[in-house]
Amino acid sequence: MTDPILESVSLSKRFGNFVAVDDVSFSVPEGSFFSILGPSGCGKTTIMRMIAGFLEPTSGDILIRGRSILDVPPNKRPVNMVFQHLALFPMMNIEGNIGYGLRRKGMEKAEIAARVGEVLERIGLPGIGKRKVDELSGGQKQRVAIARCMVMEPDVLLLDEPLGALDLKLREHMKIELKQLQSDFGTTFIYITHDQSEALVMSDQIAVMNQGRFEQIGSGRDLYYRPGTAFVAGFVGEANRWRGKVTRAQGGGLQLTTEAGLVITGADHGRGLRVGEEAEIFVRPEAIRIGHAVSDVAHFSNQMSGSVGSLLFNGAASRAMLRPAGGGDEIEVALPQSGEFSALKRGDEVHIGWEAEQANAFAYDPTAAAATAKASGTGGT
Amino acid sequence: MRAGAKLGFFLLFAPLVLWLGLLIVIPHIDMFLVSIRERIGVAEYQTSLANYLTFFTEPLYLVTFLRTAMMSILATALTLVIGFPVSFYIAKIAKGRLQSALFLLTLVPFYVSELVRTFGWMILLRETGLFSTLLQWLGLADQPVEMLYNDVAMMVGLVYTSMLFMVVPLITTMESLDDSVIEAGYDLGGSGFSVMREIIIPHAMPGIVSGSIIVFMLSLGNYLTPTMLGGKDSLWFTELIYSQFIVRFNWELGAAFGFMLLFLSSLIVWGTLKLTGQTLEKTMG
Amino acid sequence: MIPSIRQPRAFRIAYRAYVALFFLYLALPLTVVAVFAFNNSQFPSLPWKGFTLEWFFGDSRPMIGVFHERPILRALGNSGFIAVFVSALSVVVGTTNAFLFNRYEFRFKGLFYVLMLLPLVIPGIVLGISILVFSSTVANGVWDGIGYDIEALRPGLTLVILGQFSFITTIVTLVIAARLQKFDRTLEEAALNLGANRMTAVRTVTIPYLAPALIGGFVVAFLMSFENFNTTLMLVGSDAPLTIAMFDRLKEGSTPLLNAVSLLLMLGSTTLALVMVLFQRKS
Repeated sequence: MTDPILESVSLSKRFGNFVAVDDVSFSVPEGSFFSILGPSGCGKTTIMRMIAGFLEPTSGDILIRGRSILDVPPNKRPVNMVFQHLALFPMMNIEGNIGYGLRRKGMEKAEIAARVGEVLERIGLPGIGKRKVDELSGGQKQRVAIARCMVMEPDVLLLDEPLGALDLKLREHMKIELKQLQSDFGTTFIYITHDQSEALVMSDQIAVMNQGRFEQIGSGRDLYYRPGTAFVAGFVGEANRWRGKVTRAQGGGLQLTTEAGLVITGADHGRGLRVGEEAEIFVRPEAIRIGHAVSDVAHFSNQMSGSVGSLLFNGAASRAMLRPAGGGDEIEVALPQSGEFSALKRGDEVHIGWEAEQANAFAYDPTAAAATAKASGTGGT
Repeated sequence: MRAGAKLGFFLLFAPLVLWLGLLIVIPHIDMFLVSIRERIGVAEYQTSLANYLTFFTEPLYLVTFLRTAMMSILATALTLVIGFPVSFYIAKIAKGRLQSALFLLTLVPFYVSELVRTFGWMILLRETGLFSTLLQWLGLADQPVEMLYNDVAMMVGLVYTSMLFMVVPLITTMESLDDSVIEAGYDLGGSGFSVMREIIIPHAMPGIVSGSIIVFMLSLGNYLTPTMLGGKDSLWFTELIYSQFIVRFNWELGAAFGFMLLFLSSLIVWGTLKLTGQTLEKTMG
Repeated sequence: MIPSIRQPRAFRIAYRAYVALFFLYLALPLTVVAVFAFNNSQFPSLPWKGFTLEWFFGDSRPMIGVFHERPILRALGNSGFIAVFVSALSVVVGTTNAFLFNRYEFRFKGLFYVLMLLPLVIPGIVLGISILVFSSTVANGVWDGIGYDIEALRPGLTLVILGQFSFITTIVTLVIAARLQKFDRTLEEAALNLGANRMTAVRTVTIPYLAPALIGGFVVAFLMSFENFNTTLMLVGSDAPLTIAMFDRLKEGSTPLLNAVSLLLMLGSTTLALVMVLFQRKS
């Protein structure tokens, strides 16, 4: 692992009584793609604006290559930013936009032209220098905005939800392209988004942020399979959740009894839940196996029967909503698209089961529960 | 950064204060001070309300003042009544190219100075003018007709001169009214009259108010049109101010007249804004 | 009433006739002014005595054309001189005002904004006399104090410029502020982020964005200054601008020379206005 290129040390920002960013520390290794993922209003934009220099932290420090940049004005910082709505200068052509920073450095005209040509080549848009900003498509503007920063050869490139304004299809395409550009240029990217799939697809590391704090930093895989907090479990990916009391706990495995009397086994992965504590269990729809016969799921530590309440067809991501025989909320289950369940219809009896290992248990935290409920409304999938 | 922002603020604030202070606020205070002094000897003055007393006791002054106010209100009303249907036509009925062409046509006359416009009316209305000749040629008159130098001619000129300032705000506000709102009015059983009264006019109110204020101001403060088109009886208050200042060199009385004019216009503007629940920032800014 | 709602045929015809009549009313005075510029007669009235260009190019009495009439040309020069100064001054102050009200929060901001609008609702003639009174107070004070006569504070070009500037600035401020309002401030942040300092960001990004409004404001100010009569009348000295010079002539009786000047004015301001419209459309 290389030395971190950017470090944030106990960074905080208060606006009056409101704490937008609360004691956030992280470090970003050189050349990596680092995302900050969180619902809107969680403070991620504030962090980005502090790094860019448009906001002063209330306390804490930001270091680049080990040196504090707090005293450096925004126009002298070795970071560049791709703005949410790109902020391309409409009164200049593409060349003018990309060459803007170089002109500020006082570089010679010929040199600027050469650099601009080169970077246009690299983003795959050679020869568009004379065009106007509004003659470009959404995806082209995106690339130009990145090129405008990359030509400055920044230590760190900040990206503030740059895909937000694009339509779905283009967004999917740009995700792949951004990752490609990042590895081509080898520059450190810090990317903020509320869209988990953007973060999961592109990032080497993701920080999940909620209410001014970092909940967890890790790879997409970590966050998905080993969420560190109830918020992360609820915010990243989809999950069925049950709330209840811990009725047995031993060696990482535990048993939860819901108010309706449902008994579920799960794992706390070292979080040390004790008997009698109130807890929540999260189980991903794709961690649940579905079968026509009881024997199909007999080997799972959790088993249940129920009838199909509704079918949500969505290609590879199709789901069945099951009504448990014992009552309680509907359970969302991933439907394998191997043909086995193509004839499934409403009202059919099925059996489901999952491993205790796949059921993540957390101590119940009402504030986090409220936050996820709110976030999943805006978070997208 | 902080110090820079402060410096920037003062650099931007200074021109505003210099402009408003030296050219608007202090001159008006000074004018007021001049208006409340009375000349009692050569370069000897005392503070008194004598000038205002003169204004209120001399019938010619007071009558001219009130007449000017009434005629200005009349001119404003006429401009509104004449301009409204045309504004509505341009805003809601004409479409596409015709719309922009008509809009430009309403603007063009006003790129030319008021003097030229007044001159045009003189050519049309005077004894040897176009209308007079036309009437004789048609056999409707057997000798030259003088149509200039009376209140009607002056009113024609005042309305003409102010038309733009009524029509543009009217068009702007009425254009922002969605056609479907008018259609909904009809759909719910409204008649042309009720739709006009309950939907279109209330929507156009800000435009009506700002247009009326400007037209009233322009009429009240007009000098050229009453002087050139008006007759002996159409004396306008601005003409009194001019003659006190330039002809009689009685600046004290002229300043008092100026203040009365300012007072009247402020009163009417303020009253209109209060009556219609608008603010100066909204109607002008 | 609107096209989607059918009205009786008679009503539609009457309405259209009314609109046509309205435009006839607008066009008539200007048309006669223009047409009589070419009448080969001493008076701008009927009968029509034939077409001539003498009122433009004539150089001998009694028909001295515009281009040989010294006083008119001098007045035109005065008007241009005044208008350029007024426009430049009011665009500068209008820009600083627009930035001030757009970017800063300060005490009594609302009050200052209303004060800024006030010149629009002060009759022009009152503006004129108040400035006349104040400038003579200052000039007399200086004369009594140190015995120096400040020529600039006596009626003349300087006072005319200041008087017109005092209310045209409000209009220019409104024109520029309207566009600044629409400016996306992240563009300035983007410029800072790319290494510009605050001044450079404003110069390279904000000002170019404002350019149409700055030019528009300049043209509007120029036209208003050129046309202004009321305020100018009170402040004018021996160097009369065109409107005042024409007014003096008109009082003495008119000749087609005035029609010719008027026609040139119409052509000039229409061209200027059209150029502005085209420019605005392009950007």
